[in-house]
Amino acid sequence: MSGFSSSSASGRDIVALEGVTKRFPGIVANDSIDLAIRPGEVHVLLGENGAGKSTLIGMLSGLQQPDEGRILVDGKPTPITSPRHALALGIGTVFQHMMLVPTLTVAENLLLGGPWWQRPRTEELAARVAEITSTLGITIKLHAKVSELSLGEQQQVEILRAMVRNSRLLILDESTSMLTPKGIDELGALMRRLVEQGLAIVFITHKLKEAAAFGDRISVLKLGRKVGEIPPERFRALGEQEIISEIVELMFGQQKDDPEAVERPVRTVHAEAAPLLRVADLAVAPTDNAPGLSSISFDIRPGEILGIAGIDGNGQKQLAEALAGQRATTSGSVRLDGAAIETLSVGERRQRGLRYLTDDRLGEGTVGTFPVSINFFLKQVGAAPFWSKGVEQRAEIDKRAAQLVREYDVRTPSLKTPVARLSGGNIQKVLLARELAEGAKVVIFNKPTYGLDLANTLASRQRIRDTAARGLAVLLISTDLEELLSMCDRIAVIANGALVGIVDNADDARTKVGRLMIGLAA
Amino acid sequence: MTGLFSEVFLSALLFGAVTAAIPLLLAGLGEQMSEKAGVLNIGIEGMMLAGAYLGFVGAFYSGSLWLGFFAGAAGGVAVALVMALLCVRIGLNQIVIGIALTLGLEGLTALLHHFQFSRSYPRLPAAEVTVIPLLSDIPVIGPALFKQHLIVYLAVALVFGMGYVYRRTQLGLNLQAAGDKPAALDVAGIDVVRTRTVAVLTTGALAGLGGAYLANVGAGLFIPFITNGAGFLGIVLAMLARGRPIWVLFGALLFGVCLSLTTAMQVAGINIPTDIIQMLPFLAVMIMLVLFGRRASLPAALGIPYERGAR
Ligand SMILES: Nc1ncnc2c1ncn2[C@@H]1O[C@H](COP(=O)(O)OP(=O)(O)O)[C@@H](O)[C@H]1O
Ligand SMILES: [Mg+2]
Repeated sequence: MSGFSSSSASGRDIVALEGVTKRFPGIVANDSIDLAIRPGEVHVLLGENGAGKSTLIGMLSGLQQPDEGRILVDGKPTPITSPRHALALGIGTVFQHMMLVPTLTVAENLLLGGPWWQRPRTEELAARVAEITSTLGITIKLHAKVSELSLGEQQQVEILRAMVRNSRLLILDESTSMLTPKGIDELGALMRRLVEQGLAIVFITHKLKEAAAFGDRISVLKLGRKVGEIPPERFRALGEQEIISEIVELMFGQQKDDPEAVERPVRTVHAEAAPLLRVADLAVAPTDNAPGLSSISFDIRPGEILGIAGIDGNGQKQLAEALAGQRATTSGSVRLDGAAIETLSVGERRQRGLRYLTDDRLGEGTVGTFPVSINFFLKQVGAAPFWSKGVEQRAEIDKRAAQLVREYDVRTPSLKTPVARLSGGNIQKVLLARELAEGAKVVIFNKPTYGLDLANTLASRQRIRDTAARGLAVLLISTDLEELLSMCDRIAVIANGALVGIVDNADDARTKVGRLMIGLAA
Repeated sequence: MTGLFSEVFLSALLFGAVTAAIPLLLAGLGEQMSEKAGVLNIGIEGMMLAGAYLGFVGAFYSGSLWLGFFAGAAGGVAVALVMALLCVRIGLNQIVIGIALTLGLEGLTALLHHFQFSRSYPRLPAAEVTVIPLLSDIPVIGPALFKQHLIVYLAVALVFGMGYVYRRTQLGLNLQAAGDKPAALDVAGIDVVRTRTVAVLTTGALAGLGGAYLANVGAGLFIPFITNGAGFLGIVLAMLARGRPIWVLFGALLFGVCLSLTTAMQVAGINIPTDIIQMLPFLAVMIMLVLFGRRASLPAALGIPYERGAR
């Protein structure tokens, strides 16, 4: 840590946010956020996916306007009206998503934004780039097409671009995601040099180690709200481990007056009962757009709810699909009630009592244009008593459907209503009714309350608890840690396609799971 | 039959090819500009019609061909303004609006012409040509290529001018970025909507000029639906030219030859049904599309309205 940051932390903010709120349809992406950005400081913004970090950056870089609150630049209230305005104010941003034109060369991308009547000033640029890259110790291929560069190289170009423009405030939105560990360390050193020159940096990441290693000040966002800040004075007083545990507390700590908080009823799971589902060393090969799975092993006993926690995109969907038979596995065994099922088809697994509630309710779970009634029996098409010799038995279907609508409290205008017209919560009820029907033994729920309102969330959770209480084995995949803590008997943590630990849901589970999620030992 | 390969025949064929190629060239260059910036401009046929009508009316009443060209370009710009407003600024569907504009202008120009001239089709005096000394003395190609109206030479010069703009200027970079990755242009501080609007208005000017040339020089009169798909051929040319103006020129000349052959063969009295001869240009389109269509590379954001901060 340099001594420089302390001397400038005396209140002269380059940019400050006061009570900034930004709403999108159905969601508050930023909820009255206060933030101070000072020269000579690396200000780390931490938070899970969807916490609202990029939205905040969008407002600082002129892409979006706050609905409430104001932004001060050099102490003066300044609405940042456009990206051009942001650049003129000295705010340079490296966005989370690549912002280079793939069909242009690196030099042309760096020149983008000059006065339109001019010829691109290539020589001037080359000199400026040489100057910057020599101090940074990176090499840039100015005349290569951007589409020919690796993602890491593209990220370097974007950082370089922000510097070519003489930004006073440099914003890096998840810029380490494409870098190698060595590249990350180099970026850290670079940020240090830049703040020593008096720049301000906002550095966004969800890796706590980077935050603790590179930051001077840390703000933590959670579901759009700023839930805490560690100022430089405290930051310097604490060791890396203490900082990390303080962040874990902020990120995963229980909020007060949470309507979803319920006392977890103590269930008696018979430890001696044979597991209903036993998964050993399951592996799935990675594909172009999905991570693979490796060495996944766990058991679930009758009446037990096993949670899978983890940051979204770490293999949760692959795991669910591999178990349901929708995704090919490369090795490992899956035993349902003692019998091996890993070679069986989706339909056969369902037949044996393995049920999967997808998180893709409308895409994969239901046929939106089909009536509610048919959607109850999609997976039994052709089977008696609802079909007889290939002919749909309308009366039989409607009778049973009406029964399910009542039983599961599906709010639908009629049985004939196309299922896509229902609200998310009611579509979920249709799915629940279908998957929990006769013969279920093991049920996999993938993000069962994602996108539901509070009432439907609570109803779905109760349904899942009831399922376990009936003696079924439940695998509950969720990115909502509160949900898992309120429902599960044990919680496994998935990271990069591997189970990194299984924790009993006892009093210290929250901290243990939080640490596992960010790559520390429980 | 004997006349088929005579010097006079070939010269007339070539002259006709150039005359037919110029409107296609102007339309193709215009469309290329829009597409580069990410706007699929189906309304270009309507812009040409507006240009043809206003170009003719302007020249007819003023007696000046140049005022006619100016009026034609202005007509194209006026239609382009509607397109830019609806498709670029408001972000409506470019195909729907483009078709609507074309259909609307087909009707409107026919109606206006009918009001003004009833069923008569007054002619303009033949356009005077600018003869390039020495070059025009070359046999066959001399009279065909170097005894043309000044605007022909300007149109060809425009090919090189636009090539320069695309490859060597900041504006060229902006246009390409607007079509390939508008968000990147936006965060670089250049207004995407403004860039695309400029491109669409330029398209309108070029298409309008092409239409005016078609009426005033090519035909010497205005009749309803005179463009007869020239704008759509321009779209094909732009798509096949992979962003290079010079390819628009070659393509336009090729189509021009086909169109000219249609007339030339009829004049030469070759005994092929006219229906078949008239199919020639469209056959050429098909062949071009089959041969080169696969390689056409279009901008990634073509046809997609840009809205800042949306996802
Ligand atoms: N343009 C937008 N339209 C609608 N919803 C949006 C938009 N941008 C972000 N959101 C929503 O706002 C929330 C915060 O997103 P974001 O700021 O990208 O989070 P983070 O960067 O922390 O992962 C998410 O729920 C996201 O779906
Ligand atoms: Mg983000």
